[in-house]
Amino acid sequence: MKKYIIQSIRLTLVLLVLLCVIYPITVAFIGKMSKGNGGGEKITKNGKTVGYALLGQSFTKPQYFWGRPSAVAYNAAGSAGSNKGPSNPDYLKEVQSRIDTLLKYNPGIKKTDIPADMVTASGSGLDPNISEQGAAIQIQRVAKARNIDAKKVKELIAMNTLKPFMGVFGPSSVNVLKLNLALDEL
Amino acid sequence: MNTELTGIIATFLLTLVIAIPLGKYLAKVFAGEKVWTDFLKPLETGIYKLSGINIKEQMNWKQQLKALLTINILWLFYGFFVLIFQDKLPFNPDGNPAMTPDLAFNTIISFVANCNLQHYSGESGVSYLTQQYVLMFLQFVSAATGIAAAVVLFKAFRDKTTTELGNFWEFFVKSITRLLLPLSLVVALILTFNGTPASYEGKDQFISLQGDTVHVSRGPAAQMIAIKHLGTNGGGYFGANSAHPFENPSYFTNMVELIAQVIIPIAMVIAFGYFIRRKKLAWTIFGVMTIGLFMLLIPMLNSELGGNPALAKMGISQTTGAMEGKEVRFGPAASAYWATVTTIISTGSVNSMHDSTMPMSGTWQLLGMMINSFYGGCGVGLLNYFIYLIVAVFISGLMVGRTPEFLGHKVEAGEIKIAAIITLLSPFLILAGTAIASYVFTSHGDAAWAVQPKSWLNNPGFHGFSEMLYEMTSSNANNGSGFEGLGDNNIFWNLSTGIVIFLGRFLPIIGPVAIAGLLGAKKFIPESAGTLKTDTKTFALMTFAVILVLNALSYFPALALGPLAEYFTMLK
Repeated sequence: MKKYIIQSIRLTLVLLVLLCVIYPITVAFIGKMSKGNGGGEKITKNGKTVGYALLGQSFTKPQYFWGRPSAVAYNAAGSAGSNKGPSNPDYLKEVQSRIDTLLKYNPGIKKTDIPADMVTASGSGLDPNISEQGAAIQIQRVAKARNIDAKKVKELIAMNTLKPFMGVFGPSSVNVLKLNLALDEL
Repeated sequence: MNTELTGIIATFLLTLVIAIPLGKYLAKVFAGEKVWTDFLKPLETGIYKLSGINIKEQMNWKQQLKALLTINILWLFYGFFVLIFQDKLPFNPDGNPAMTPDLAFNTIISFVANCNLQHYSGESGVSYLTQQYVLMFLQFVSAATGIAAAVVLFKAFRDKTTTELGNFWEFFVKSITRLLLPLSLVVALILTFNGTPASYEGKDQFISLQGDTVHVSRGPAAQMIAIKHLGTNGGGYFGANSAHPFENPSYFTNMVELIAQVIIPIAMVIAFGYFIRRKKLAWTIFGVMTIGLFMLLIPMLNSELGGNPALAKMGISQTTGAMEGKEVRFGPAASAYWATVTTIISTGSVNSMHDSTMPMSGTWQLLGMMINSFYGGCGVGLLNYFIYLIVAVFISGLMVGRTPEFLGHKVEAGEIKIAAIITLLSPFLILAGTAIASYVFTSHGDAAWAVQPKSWLNNPGFHGFSEMLYEMTSSNANNGSGFEGLGDNNIFWNLSTGIVIFLGRFLPIIGPVAIAGLLGAKKFIPESAGTLKTDTKTFALMTFAVILVLNALSYFPALALGPLAEYFTMLK
């Protein structure tokens, strides 16, 4: 028994060095060559960081495309979903009010145009994407607020749409931050 | 064809393409045969030397378990003290506080047990030191513990009669050097180059496009996310686990993480067959497990792609399916596939929030964890399946009126008793645990704990009951996912699930290893016309029936009170 205890202690120490020093530092070191140097890829505008490429952020103004509802108000220092169950009455009321808000601010759209992702909170609260349909219902509002042609907005959406992986795997999506940046640069 | 479906089909096929050769490789590694990774031998020799280990020393099953338990208990003490003092220790750039003793108790058991139930949130509850030196460390060694225990079982059936089952330390170290560490390196680098942070920089801050100040948690995440999947641990770096865009940046990384968590459990089944030179047995086991996977996956896909009927009534469009708690870049199909594999295998990482999935999906998730052996966790999945096999052998023996045998060894009263205890343990822990929690919730709602029992549940009615049932089931299965709406960071949940995790981990390791050790030591009976063959389709069906009947009888009432009741009320 005593032998096992001593072997356990020594083996644990050796493995701590291998698994917690050598392994992660190797990855961090090689990761310096990745975009964002292993600290997350940043997006800059006029030399200032305005966001991370992967992280969604809150957009509420009419001239910007809105992202999905977030249970943590896009707080990137504390991710979470809403964890609301599908039959929870309070939750269903919340969804109804989101539908009403969308209908109010996006004239001309019908209830049946609204895709589920625009009225439900994401898993992380930081979802950077919306569906193509989610972007489509906001075109008129954004075009009007910016006083530009809806066609131009449509083009930008197409440019910022990520197609399925390798064209055949998974859904397509629109990156909200990149789309809004492109709008600002017009 | 729908790109969401082609995505999951491709993921599953790629998994097989990697897992099957990996299994053959593992069989050779543990048998000490020549493999291409033998260049790592000097590293292993160094580790043995520094640790004072002589791998030529043969152990019987009792010594194996003693070694296993000794080192696991050591980790419990080590991790507990580091967690409660993390605020005073270095590498805490975000200045996160120490864990309370009850939270540390829960967390350390959870990570030693390969469960990774997390009652803290990665961004605010741990430091970079504890993320790596405690949690990630344990993700490696707990997975290696499970694999080593399974290899002990392999050893018991390789030779006709034997008590010498090899050296535990050798299996344990090789699981890390030949399998977990090299694969983790590959996966971690793939993730890093696709956007996951891997550096030690602390929190960042920026002003968003619209003018809000945003704080961003970062840190060495890629390293941990790799082993969290390969080792079927599931404990995320960030609170939202693999739904977090840093933890799982794209559909491609999602495929990588899905493949990473399934390959070792499948490989272990294949390795078993090749190691004991009964390939057909491995393929029948693999067949039963795969049918199990699809029987849970297909209905889950059906309910998630169908969308939430309550939202359908509001008149919006759910063309892709239910989206609450899901990420647009994965979509409902890949989320449902993930929810299936993460629950049948004891990973417990999530890329969508299970609390928000449809009621029937919740049923399949719970059932996957209750069965806990359709592939199952690293090593332990096979150990759990072995118990079902022994029960199936016993029942078949009774049906045909012969003394039951397994691989040439008589299965007698001693082994059956152990198998029966292990079989009954899960329903006991899950149902008694949920019953106690429900009692406290209804009768002691005002108890002065960090979260008062009356505020535990994030959802009313049947779904609230499901939250408690899920927490106990996940703990017993060492899964670690949750219906995360549950207010679980308080003394009741920390202690109760800690105890459930501990028992649900170590007894189901001790039991099968003991049975294998006992059987392996018995006289070998050559196969004859009267032998019950365990590698036939008939016997596979028998095992499947045993799994279904045992679990249906144990859990149907609890499932009926939770997700099934919610499902039927939503039909109205």
